[in-house]
Amino acid sequence: MKARVFITLKAGVLDPQGKAIHHALEGLGFSGVNDVRAGKLIELDLADGTADSDIEEMCRKLLANTVIENFRIERLQDA
Amino acid sequence: MNSAVIVFPGSNCDRDLATALELVTGRKPAMVWHKDSGLPDGVDFIGLPGGFSYGDYLRSGAMAARSPIMRAVKDAAGRGVPVIGICNGFQVLTETGLLPGALMRNAGLSFVCRPVPLKVENSQTLFTAEYDAGEVVSFPVAHHDGNFQADETTLDRLEGEGRVAFRYQDEVNGSARSIAGILNDAGNVLGLMPHPERAVEPAHGATDGRRLFEGLLQTVAA
Repeated sequence: MKARVFITLKAGVLDPQGKAIHHALEGLGFSGVNDVRAGKLIELDLADGTADSDIEEMCRKLLANTVIENFRIERLQDA
Repeated sequence: MNSAVIVFPGSNCDRDLATALELVTGRKPAMVWHKDSGLPDGVDFIGLPGGFSYGDYLRSGAMAARSPIMRAVKDAAGRGVPVIGICNGFQVLTETGLLPGALMRNAGLSFVCRPVPLKVENSQTLFTAEYDAGEVVSFPVAHHDGNFQADETTLDRLEGEGRVAFRYQDEVNGSARSIAGILNDAGNVLGLMPHPERAVEPAHGATDGRRLFEGLLQTVAA
């Protein structure tokens, strides 16, 4: 089974990379961009029946630094 | 003083740290591989060196912090053994939770590589005993992810408890309160982004770092 983990910076944490991307978009002529924040996507290919709690533990213990990051898990339906 | 320097895949300042320790203590440190499950007997000082452990993949220091050897390092720290984390080592210490906060991408986004002035904020620690209170020293920095961040409560507590060891004297990486180095609650674990081991002999162009190791030796050997 597959799962996707989205890791994003907590609100209020400064994101200079997001800002740099923002400026670059503006430089390309896109005027309607109010803010940009950059995160990470981690795709996991897991044994069938892996519990949600296991995936959450992976996130808390390694994939996200919960001091500054949030995570969201998406289980993918098999095609 | 029997030092141990932990080596992770991608560490590259381990030999500089070992050289500095040998210069000051007269003893070669044990170089301990991250996969070892234990430290050598009688280790009374542990150094986590700079570098790019695990290529800085996922987050700087994140995977190194979960290495087998870190269980032994945490236990030793808990028993009061002095531990220093320099640069990537500081990142590892925050990732293990031995120190609070996190080191993020430099605010200016560039890799910063130059000598920086640092104020010794607390000269009563076992690492800073050979410095004067408020003394301004110079250590080189070389990092991309040295921006120290923590919530306001944590920052206030660090300041209030005298746990800020070194403070940048000019704008370097956007660190909150210009914090360059901090201590744990018990005062035996120091994390700092600048490299004292690169300022121990005249050929380095600066020798202010030597007194950090000398202070350590005084306390540990006492």
